[in-house]
Amino acid sequence: MKIEGLDHILGQHRLFRDLDPDFLRLVAGCAANRVFPPGTRLARHGEPMSHIYLVRAGHVAAEIAAPGRGRLRILTVGPDEVLGLSWLVPPFKWGTDAETVDEVRAVEIDADCLRRKCEADPAIGYAVLKRFMTPIVERLHATRLQMLDVYGPRR
Amino acid sequence: MALAADPAARPGAADPMRPEVARVTRRRPDGPDVVTLWLDWPGWKGSAPGQFNMMGLPGLGEVPISVSGGTGTPGRVMQTIRAVGPVSRALAALEADEALTIRGPYGRPWPVAGRQGKPVLIVAGGLGLAPLRPVIRHFARHRAEHPSVDLVIGARSPADLFFHDEYEDWREAGLSVALTVDHAPPGWPGRVGVVTPLIRTEGPVAAFLCGPEIMMRVSAERLTGHGADAGDIHVSLERNMQCGVGLCGHCQLGPVLLCRDGPVLDWAAARPLMRIEEL
Repeated sequence: MKIEGLDHILGQHRLFRDLDPDFLRLVAGCAANRVFPPGTRLARHGEPMSHIYLVRAGHVAAEIAAPGRGRLRILTVGPDEVLGLSWLVPPFKWGTDAETVDEVRAVEIDADCLRRKCEADPAIGYAVLKRFMTPIVERLHATRLQMLDVYGPRR
Repeated sequence: MALAADPAARPGAADPMRPEVARVTRRRPDGPDVVTLWLDWPGWKGSAPGQFNMMGLPGLGEVPISVSGGTGTPGRVMQTIRAVGPVSRALAALEADEALTIRGPYGRPWPVAGRQGKPVLIVAGGLGLAPLRPVIRHFARHRAEHPSVDLVIGARSPADLFFHDEYEDWREAGLSVALTVDHAPPGWPGRVGVVTPLIRTEGPVAAFLCGPEIMMRVSAERLTGHGADAGDIHVSLERNMQCGVGLCGHCQLGPVLLCRDGPVLDWAAARPLMRIEEL
């Protein structure tokens, strides 16, 4: 049985597809392959963002607790998507709660480790930052659409 | 852009604007403001997927409603209505054995034929699932002719999803069915978010999109950005249709009379029209 290296697994994720192999190995040095059962709490609003999750299978729900309204599910992160987009922005804290909906297979990246490597080598930092800009912009656009309430009554 | 109406788009009656009488045989609430009616209509000869009928009530008026079922069952048709105005609210309130006026079918249908060998993507947002139901059923029947048939359904909330009892049938027929909602209460096990991240096809695809225009636009742009041909992407547009036969001009959208030349257009034809704010 062939055992795939973490750099290879990272390179299969949409975020890092076709990234330079040397960069992939550096990122893989900060990463671990993980499996989370349903109901695992991966993030809590306001807590330090210690990890980024590149979801390979399964779904994670991002939620915000609203006083009097309970927990509001605002987004689901699925295969080939990323949980933890604000890892490079001080104060490096989670903006939502996050919990696995079903069994989740993900590459877990140590955010401190990746930040240090990005700071130490601007070429890596720029390459990684460019990769993260795509899901950041896609999520911004998606959030705008959600705010428009396109399925709701015309106002 | 070929705008000549398909012969299948023409109503069967000698006078295409003369309404006939249909009777409700069954009524099913399908969401907070959505109702599906099954009609007994002796003059109904069937339709192509994506065509619509003009449904009305004397003294109130008529509204265009896409055929959601019964495209191949003469005498019986299924219509799914969202109650948004006086006429649609009155139609949606009809009970079994009550009568209404109806005429049709009108419009250019979804071009489902001749797509063999291509992957198929169907994206339905909100009530857009209703006119796409005959398309979904067509590709469920012809699943073996396509490498994949992916269905993405978006809705405002879990309570706004409808036709649930058919999702499992479609999955069993080999369709990939993905659901997502904009807002969800605690306990919703499905996805929350817009439909676009669920559009994962790369390269050529036969795509059928129906829902709010913004949703269709971002979906079509994502598809063309991933290599789909604009001529293979089809959208269904909605305007103020009244006569249904291209005479009155109420549904004019730029050079197009949607009741006659639409409601289904390919993205090459629809894209320039959807970029004009005043349209």
